[in-house]
Amino acid sequence: MSEQVFEPKIVGFLCNWCSYRAADLAGSARITHAPNIRIVRVMCSGRVDPSFVMKAFSLGADAVMIAGCHPGECHYIEQNYKAMRRFHMLRQTLKAMGVEEQRIQLVWASAAEGQQLAEAIDKMVEEVRELGPLGWSGNWEENGERIQALEDIVKEHEEAMEVTA
Amino acid sequence: MAEKIGVYVCHCGSNIAGKVDVEDIAKWAGENLDDVAVSRDYKFMCSSLGQQMIEEDIKKEKLTRVVVGACSPHLHEKTFRRACSNAGMNPYLMDLTNIREHCSWVHKDRAQATEKARALISAAVQRVKYQEPLEPMFVDVNPATLVIGGGIAGLQAALELADAGYHVYLVERMPSIGGHMAQFDKTFPTLDCSACILTPKMSEAGQHENITLLTYAELEEVSGSVGSFKVKIRQKARCVDYDACTGCGICVEKCPRKVLDTEFEAGMGNRKAIYMPFPQAVPRVPVIDQDSCIWFERQKCRACEKLCPTDAIKFDQQDELIDIEVGNIIIATGWKPFDSKKIPQYGYGRLANVYTSMEFERLCNAAGPTNGKIVMRDGKTVPKSIAIVHCVGSRDDRHNPYCSGVCCMASLKFGHLVLEKTDAEVYSFYIDMRTNQKNYEEFYQRLLGEGMRFVRGKVSEVTDAARMPTEQGKLIVQCEDTLIGRQQRYPVDMVILMGALEPQEDARELGLKCGISCSMDGWYTERHPKLDPVATMTDGVFVAGTCQGPKDIPASVAQGAAAAARVAGMITKGRVMIEPIVATINEQACSGCKICNNMCPYNAIEFLEDPGVSRVITALCKGCGTCVAACPAGVITGAHFNNKQIFSEIEGILWDALQPADDSSPQAEPVPASAS
Repeated sequence: MSEQVFEPKIVGFLCNWCSYRAADLAGSARITHAPNIRIVRVMCSGRVDPSFVMKAFSLGADAVMIAGCHPGECHYIEQNYKAMRRFHMLRQTLKAMGVEEQRIQLVWASAAEGQQLAEAIDKMVEEVRELGPLGWSGNWEENGERIQALEDIVKEHEEAMEVTA
Repeated sequence: MAEKIGVYVCHCGSNIAGKVDVEDIAKWAGENLDDVAVSRDYKFMCSSLGQQMIEEDIKKEKLTRVVVGACSPHLHEKTFRRACSNAGMNPYLMDLTNIREHCSWVHKDRAQATEKARALISAAVQRVKYQEPLEPMFVDVNPATLVIGGGIAGLQAALELADAGYHVYLVERMPSIGGHMAQFDKTFPTLDCSACILTPKMSEAGQHENITLLTYAELEEVSGSVGSFKVKIRQKARCVDYDACTGCGICVEKCPRKVLDTEFEAGMGNRKAIYMPFPQAVPRVPVIDQDSCIWFERQKCRACEKLCPTDAIKFDQQDELIDIEVGNIIIATGWKPFDSKKIPQYGYGRLANVYTSMEFERLCNAAGPTNGKIVMRDGKTVPKSIAIVHCVGSRDDRHNPYCSGVCCMASLKFGHLVLEKTDAEVYSFYIDMRTNQKNYEEFYQRLLGEGMRFVRGKVSEVTDAARMPTEQGKLIVQCEDTLIGRQQRYPVDMVILMGALEPQEDARELGLKCGISCSMDGWYTERHPKLDPVATMTDGVFVAGTCQGPKDIPASVAQGAAAAARVAGMITKGRVMIEPIVATINEQACSGCKICNNMCPYNAIEFLEDPGVSRVITALCKGCGTCVAACPAGVITGAHFNNKQIFSEIEGILWDALQPADDSSPQAEPVPASAS
């Protein structure tokens, strides 16, 4: 009955100059790819604040893609390197929180690489489909187990506080 | 106060409507999204009727924000901004969301494409609420222009602008302008004498009242932005007084030190320690090569100084930094030849009679070291057979994947010159013959008629190890003739390697100084590969000639002239609009940590010592937003891409992820992969 295929929701932060144009090119060249990615345009991959990624996860995204110009080809000279540094820290942090690596990916796509971007999207969708939903979004009320778990934690915490006090 | 948003969903004929239920989305947006006052769909939003509809709604319905769901903002953002502007709305209060390139054109399933388009529209509606009115900025354009590189492309650009009455600073790294074209003997396919058509342009540039020639000089630093760049040029020490020198050449004649000329003569001839690269050099002012001059080596000689009739030799001359101000920059720095030693199996550097194409250019040049006689390294033997190897370092994944474009024609030219000057047989080893410009194919046909032999195949080896008596003392070219499918050995006397055109060694470095980037291969990236091959992503910086990619002389000239036309347009207009997408720091809240200072590649953030805070220099900011993301206190705002706008966009784009689980949408409550 519940054989329905899981369709992950992926938010993509694409830089205005290379990867957003790569997605445009994929469009004009009609390179079909999975509809699961929803693109937010930023001027540069360096603009992607880790909080954007957390926000997307908290609102129900199953994965986030950050895409920029190739290293050395950044429209803003070298800002994609800064995105790269931030990305690795963010991925590390998310890993510590139990978020699988595949849920946050950094992709380089030049404005001429519509095909490559489309392939990267398809690959990511398959990987995340495999992982299943992240389930960070709301809906706490409907999940008794989660609520119970939360209440347990709060209770433990309170008890611990009482002891030390 | 709640905003009144107008939502406009475009059919784009059937381009969008074919895959996305636009009518349903427009209806849905009007009924379900907060603050949406008007929601419509239309066949072609970008048509004048579509724009008119938006303009009328803005006026009649008193809309405060507009969302258009259509094509890429790279295509029609300006169109819809203008429409809003016409109706009296600030153009930056419009958001164009891409439901064509990113949606209807790339997704197969109508239901899924519609859902995605719905999410994109929802995102735009959420975002647009927080968009702020912005005013574009204008700066005056300094009419002077900097042209970097005095090869044929740079020369053409400089002359076009100078003739139009604008001042040009032409900077050239070598002691003379002229570039690679000055080294060639003939040009294909017309067989014009290269120097004869180039030197008039060189002397014109040298004498032009509107051109300041800065040879033996290099770009040191660029600051500022379109309209008003501040540039520092390093004038290297010539050790010759530029103004006093008459160019008589006595110093060159009397200089006792001879060195191998690896630049102009490509290692085929010698020059003196004080030299002009070639007789027609512009300017006619020699340069002392400090690395080989006897005076700089052991404080002896000074022959040139003693014999100079105008006392122009100045051994103590130092490098000089020249500050200039220009409105635009044209980069025309050209190419460098591939180092054929990187392919050891072709024997260059090991087998004496293997030549590079530049060496052969000098060899057959009437002004070259052999006065145009085609002879082998011993200086007297005329070769009886010559092999020309194509694609040395081009179309080769180990070196450069691209086609260098000019080598096929250059080898035909070589073939013609050899057949004209000697009785030698000429073999051309090619992968594909590429002769796709005006009169090029005809030249190929001509050479077929003249008896040049063509072997289709990639040469695997050039060796002097003879296997048969007929190969004794010869160079043997081993190649699979792919047209007959057989390995063949061709004994020849001379081999010419048609090396690839490669980007200049310091192309990336120069690009960084000017704020432009290179492709993976190292060629400068143009703004658009089809429709804007002259401009770059940095306003006010243009590219011309081979620094943008391999090309022949006519294409370089055309691009040089095109770059000049673009610059002339900017100067005539007088001022240039700058997108107001910049960062600003709330100085009241800034803690002065300086993290943002180091983030900016344009040095657009200065630290004010007195209040101890950072400030963005708006004129230098390009709006990437990296500092905005980096500020630990969150006090930097990126105009048009601020946190509130992007957070709201994320909220909107995931509108359906927050719907209750019993929602009937296809994305609802999936089965976890771990469930058995």
